[in-house]
Amino acid sequence: MRLPLMNLFKLNRMPILRQLHLEEMLMRTSSENWCIINDGTINPTIVMGISGKPQELLETESVLRDEIPVIRRMSGGGTVIVDQDTIFVTFICNKDTIPGLKPDPQRIIQWTGHLYETVFNGIGNFSVCENDYLLGERKFGGNALSITSKRWLQHTSFLWDYKKSNMSYLKLPQKAPNYRQGRSHLDFICRMKDYISRSGFIDETIRAAGSHFQLTPLHQKDGFLNQQYEHLRSRLLTIDELEEAAVYTPAVATRV
Amino acid sequence: MALRIWASSTANALKISAKSTSVSPAFSLSRCFSSVLEGLKYGKSHEWVKHDGPVALIGITDHAQDHLGEVVFVELPEPGKSVAQGESFGAVESVKATSDVNSPISGEVVEVNTKLSETPGLINTSPYEDGWMIKVKPSNAAELETLLNPKDYTKFCEEEDAAH
Repeated sequence: MRLPLMNLFKLNRMPILRQLHLEEMLMRTSSENWCIINDGTINPTIVMGISGKPQELLETESVLRDEIPVIRRMSGGGTVIVDQDTIFVTFICNKDTIPGLKPDPQRIIQWTGHLYETVFNGIGNFSVCENDYLLGERKFGGNALSITSKRWLQHTSFLWDYKKSNMSYLKLPQKAPNYRQGRSHLDFICRMKDYISRSGFIDETIRAAGSHFQLTPLHQKDGFLNQQYEHLRSRLLTIDELEEAAVYTPAVATRV
Repeated sequence: MALRIWASSTANALKISAKSTSVSPAFSLSRCFSSVLEGLKYGKSHEWVKHDGPVALIGITDHAQDHLGEVVFVELPEPGKSVAQGESFGAVESVKATSDVNSPISGEVVEVNTKLSETPGLINTSPYEDGWMIKVKPSNAAELETLLNPKDYTKFCEEEDAAH
């Protein structure tokens, strides 16, 4: 049986807001399937889900002091801080592309879990738990989805490596999966580089995607990058918004 | 009422949470144990519309909320905004995902359910009553005829679930 077609778009250090805008544009205006892999972003950036409230999720005074950009993205889910050591992988599919896959969030995440299971191929005890990707008992990437009537998007920010100091900008979220068991951020996450090489992860992800799709590599210079889309939801929070959030931050913060 | 009791006891036997609404309009039971109300029209992306005089009430169905899981956030348009049949007017967040909500009819938004900003879970607990999302002044009454009646919507849900 012929595999469904998918465009493979490899990026290098595209700023995360630009990547999110590209994803939204492709999600809303394209009828093709896409796999986007961005090997790192430029500067440390905080990315919240659509309902994220900075006063609840961030150490806003530190964020303002250090001028860390904060984005609210169009998908659901939690908060991540990303930088040049984050690897981003996104799948954008038509709803009927994958035979037998019901396009609801949990089934999509399970499907991606099977794909990444082959990437790790027994290394690090990879699993999907409460819709998170784990190596052992620790989370190594944040994933989220956006679903329309005809298409779905699932994107992940994988922690190839991270700076301990960056994690201090994030508070312990009020809502957390059961398996977190109240662990601080540094006790809850792990570095992917302790298990697999950077190029190895990217190459194996492409290989795994290639077992499900007929991949067509595209290049950054291709014209579709210049297309405009007006109704972008992902956006940078303003300094005013962050200052307003800082006013409402409790005096005693819960650090992660 | 007999149908509601049967649904509830069956749901309990199968350890499925039974949904209830504060008022008891007539309803039919789909095989997937989501409720489908009589007197409403339904879109194929699982929204319902109740046409009541000059205004139509719109929300998502019990089938939709059941498949979404716990709704934690609702994004709604501002009153005065135009909506078009089949086009997105807002979104709900559940299980890490934002899902578009499409309008089953075209028109102008005249009111939104502001309770959903504080209590988005009303969509789960009362999808046809307290969890209504927007009120629309329809611009094309003929569009209602293109929607599914309760029986056809029930069949549509069963076929959609069977396909996966």
